[in-house]
Amino acid sequence: MTTMTTRPSATVATVRTILTIAELTLREATRKRVIWALLVLSTLLLALSAWGFSQLPGMDTSMGRLTSGESRLLASELLNLVMFGMSMVVALGTAFLAGPTLGGELESGVSLSMVARPVHRSSVLLGKWLGLVVFGSVYICIAGLAQMLVVRVTVSYWPPSPILALALLALETIVLLTLALLLSSLISPLASGITTVGLFGATWVAGVVGGIGAALDNEGVARIGTVSAMLLPTDGLWRGAMHAIQDPRALLQLGGRSEGFPFVSASSLSAAYLAWVVVWIVIVLTLCLTSFRRRSI
Amino acid sequence: MDWDNSAGGVAAPAVPDVSDSPASLAVWCSGLTKRFGRREAVRAVSLDVRRGEVVGLLGANGAGKTTLIKMMLGLVRPDAGEVMLLGQPGTDPLSRLRVGYLPELFRYQPWLNADEVLKLHGRLAHTKQSADDRLKLLSMVGLHDRAVDRVGDFSKGMQQRLGLAVALVGEPALIVLDEPTSALDPLGRVEVRDLVLKLRERGVAVLLNSHLIGEVERVCDRVVILDHGRVVASGTLAELLGQRKVTLRLDNVTEPAHERLRTLGLVEREQDKYTVAMPDTSVDGRAGADNFDSADAEVSRLVTDLVQLGVHVYGVERSRISLEDRLLGILRAGADSDTSTDEAS
Repeated sequence: MTTMTTRPSATVATVRTILTIAELTLREATRKRVIWALLVLSTLLLALSAWGFSQLPGMDTSMGRLTSGESRLLASELLNLVMFGMSMVVALGTAFLAGPTLGGELESGVSLSMVARPVHRSSVLLGKWLGLVVFGSVYICIAGLAQMLVVRVTVSYWPPSPILALALLALETIVLLTLALLLSSLISPLASGITTVGLFGATWVAGVVGGIGAALDNEGVARIGTVSAMLLPTDGLWRGAMHAIQDPRALLQLGGRSEGFPFVSASSLSAAYLAWVVVWIVIVLTLCLTSFRRRSI
Repeated sequence: MDWDNSAGGVAAPAVPDVSDSPASLAVWCSGLTKRFGRREAVRAVSLDVRRGEVVGLLGANGAGKTTLIKMMLGLVRPDAGEVMLLGQPGTDPLSRLRVGYLPELFRYQPWLNADEVLKLHGRLAHTKQSADDRLKLLSMVGLHDRAVDRVGDFSKGMQQRLGLAVALVGEPALIVLDEPTSALDPLGRVEVRDLVLKLRERGVAVLLNSHLIGEVERVCDRVVILDHGRVVASGTLAELLGQRKVTLRLDNVTEPAHERLRTLGLVEREQDKYTVAMPDTSVDGRAGADNFDSADAEVSRLVTDLVQLGVHVYGVERSRISLEDRLLGILRAGADSDTSTDEAS
């Protein structure tokens, strides 16, 4: 045998472990059925939207035929709707990937032989997180870009800030998968997936309710959206992404009532909110690391 | 029968030689304790495995063997106690750099193939290995023709074989095998036994947890017996099994004859059946053939003396106490009285 084991420095060992586990997580994502589910759902969504958007120009309505300008405006709103669907598919796919990759391995015993290796548990967890981040981000960027291109080809609409929109969608995915990772270190893999999805949906609803509250100048109801966007920033980020996707003229048309519409975003995200999102991710990841470091395997 | 479990008997505490400093040992554990809720799974266990030594871990289900192993390998955080692996503190993950482990629950990524699993563990073990090395490892466990097959399609036995190959990744100096043959057929068990012996020849320390007493008896230099989370006996096989016994069927046993029987060892009587446990009288403590010869002579002298004392001798049967007898005796005594056995440290 020519195997050679030399003692690496702690930093080299940590980086090597993180990269190895990240690569393993990516490979797991591509080999599991979840990738096929994601691909099928995304392709379906793209195809359906391509067909739908192609019908917009010159479409007959009760107010007469849509002009190209009107159809572009409508397309920008519809794009928000479709992108919401797309982000949901990716976020949920990643959440359901994150649960089993940690919780499932702990439950089945796959973790035993891995964690008994000369590795820090935190490196294993960070590797998994990194792998999921890369997977989710790359996927949402490709799927989102494809969706934008579909709209561009069909109705010649191009979002004002496409890169920002994709970055915010990626961040939304990262928030959700970090939460799923934390939950899967505490509860069963399936329960963590379901809880993540539930919280994602609840935050979105809270955001819509909050928007209606704001439109109606009801501070109490409006606060629901604000608080939920702080507790789980997925909806806050989604609203930021919508703002980067939609036609600015939509806001002008709707005037002050825009907050009441779930697929129109009144304002872009503040730097403070983005900073909070980063802090939120760090906090949840730290909790996850603490829980994973302490548990018996 | 309780004589083979007498307190202060052969259950010698494993006091390491002066030369056995924690740094020179493959495994050194001191005072390891773990509670799960109100239940104390492992109570102040200290044990060591010298380099190149094969140590067997025995005990009933729930005795704390797997928890002890997991604490050694950093999988379970001990409530108290210390671990050193190959001279490095167990709190440093790099102390496991040359440690192989086959868990009792052997599961590997089902979506990888066997070669990929070994490659993954090679990278996690910070070891350089070629495709040829991995094939050799798979050959050692009889999986050379399954290198590119999905682990998810493997039978349990094949997965356990793969687990053995994984434990051998990175030329380990210490291998911890937790029930390594639980899913193997008789042939596979023999192969594992040969593998352990081969590892010992190469100077690899092995900690073997197994329910199969025969397996342990054949390959282990030393045995540690756990009961209710405590070490209740430990020592070399010779120390634990050195005891021999002689069973005699006698009649007309007078008090002087009884006295004569007692000079040989502890006497148990069951009607006309007298069983005498003979302490190990050998110099080096080895239960070898020479030892048996000297025991023969002793028994022969005993019979002559008994006849001279007027005892009618109908039968004489001499045997050695098996590890199974010892284990059962210890565990039964442990169940009878939780505190009667002496604790080795």
